[in-house]
Amino acid sequence: MSPRRLVWLLALALPCCVLAAVMLGAVRLPALDVLAVLVGRDEGLDRLALIVRQLRLPRALLTGLVGALLAICGAAMQGLFRNPLADPSLIGVTAGASVGASLVIVFAGGVAGFVGLSLVSLGAFVGGTAAVLLVYRLATGPGGTSVATMLLAGIAIGALAGSVGSLLEFHADNEMLRRISLWRMGGLDGANWSRVAIVAGVSALIFAVLPRQADALNALLLGESEARHLGIAVDRIKRRLVLLTAAGVGVSVAVAGAITFVGLVVPHIVRMLIGPDHRWLLPASALAGAILLLVADTLARVVVAPTELPVGLLTALLGAPFFISLLRRRREYGL
Amino acid sequence: MSERLLEVEGLALTAGGRTVVEAVEFVLAAGQHLAVIGPNGAGKSTLIHALIGDVAPAAGSIRLAGRALADWPARERACRVALLPQASALGFPFTVAEVVRLGRGPHASGSVADRDIVAQTLAACDIAHLRERAYTQLSGGEKQRVQLARVMSQIWRAEDAGDRLLLLDEPVAALDLGHQRLVMREVAALAARGVAVVSVLHDISLAARYADRMLALREGRTIAAGTPAEVVTAEGMQRLFDTRTRVIVHPDSQTPVVLHG
Repeated sequence: MSPRRLVWLLALALPCCVLAAVMLGAVRLPALDVLAVLVGRDEGLDRLALIVRQLRLPRALLTGLVGALLAICGAAMQGLFRNPLADPSLIGVTAGASVGASLVIVFAGGVAGFVGLSLVSLGAFVGGTAAVLLVYRLATGPGGTSVATMLLAGIAIGALAGSVGSLLEFHADNEMLRRISLWRMGGLDGANWSRVAIVAGVSALIFAVLPRQADALNALLLGESEARHLGIAVDRIKRRLVLLTAAGVGVSVAVAGAITFVGLVVPHIVRMLIGPDHRWLLPASALAGAILLLVADTLARVVVAPTELPVGLLTALLGAPFFISLLRRRREYGL
Repeated sequence: MSERLLEVEGLALTAGGRTVVEAVEFVLAAGQHLAVIGPNGAGKSTLIHALIGDVAPAAGSIRLAGRALADWPARERACRVALLPQASALGFPFTVAEVVRLGRGPHASGSVADRDIVAQTLAACDIAHLRERAYTQLSGGEKQRVQLARVMSQIWRAEDAGDRLLLLDEPVAALDLGHQRLVMREVAALAARGVAVVSVLHDISLAARYADRMLALREGRTIAAGTPAEVVTAEGMQRLFDTRTRVIVHPDSQTPVVLHG
């Protein structure tokens, strides 16, 4: 498939998925009424307008943004590590971000609302950055990144995150416990406009800056010194990529909890369709990630309505078999 | 064309606190090909990596077109100096044409010109028939030719940059006889268009056939330097490799040929 066509297809499919996500749920809303509310003509549709404005729309936007963030950050991280198995949740970035966020919840739990959420996001960002830096330092030598070290470092960080989490729970009171456990399950059901605002802010930064690193990422795939020989300021680019991907993963963990495999599966599917050129891979992954998570979340809400499945369960159900198939075919990737 | 495109003076290089190269000197003019020979661990690769700025000199200087190598902005240097590494780590399925196009990265010559240059270098390395194949599925020799086409496209045109330098670290190690000859001829054609070449070669006879001058290194020190006929002698090979050889003259090219074994 030509890269341009794929990006167009995805860009056309995305609004349809957003609309479907707003329409479908425990109560099914008619498409025309939803459209009328979305364009601001909601006379006589008070109850429906309330559902759309306060529940479905913020949730659909949050879902789409988080999916896009996870996928584009996964794609960039795989380029940075020069390794197609680098995924935020596998290499401990998600776990690091979780620890950072839990610490903030427990020790600054009194701060609520927008400021509190910003603090949690900041904690997740710091935790995520520390994890990427640690994994990168451990796993990367002059000849590239060792998969074994990378995954082992991920396990170590995951274990550390688990024990820090348990320690925190030990010390937390009931209210904090509830928040931590809700938060750990992840999920997009806590969507509200202040979460959308925070994710939208970080997303705007990442979608503006990451695609501009596409040429550098392509050169980096050749190897670090090869990229340097092509005139790329490798150290600066690496620093930028680590900070951006940690911010993206951190904020998505902070608002939606740990959603696994989106960052791994989406860039892979896109690469199979159009190849590894980051100039197309990055935007196409962002669009496809938004679509995948919107579909998964809509399913999660519809399948067992009126209750819902955790969306992470669906992404893992989809992602784990895919990951196993990748492992089986790893020789094709030279791992 | 520059008579003193690359000037190396009193160069010493260290790696991990150990002196790897010491007191190496040479001057290379545009269009000249210098072949560096020597036993394993002689410092050949370190030397060639120093010539692109990967390793900073511990003593002495490297000047490119009259300016110290370290003073060149990365982008400008990349338009003039390209290095073919011994091995490549590329593990993502770029097509062959995409890999070669990466060599055009430092230039802003436009996609039309770039496509043309990619086509020319693909033909020069005899890989035009592979252009849409995935790099990861190629054989070792094919990969090496793709990487060579990539670094050639980086310094292909005189209008991008006048003074150009091509560094080759064992460019023919994985190639069959036919492709060894093809690659060395294409490198010679590039040199004829004003590119200075520094290569590390293990096949002494091949080096003597295609290089204008040779530099023999052992434990980082210059054992011999000069024309192939001056450097490649039975006595010189004995000092360099501790092994007995016979050196005869090639009946066609009149260059020295090392017989061993």
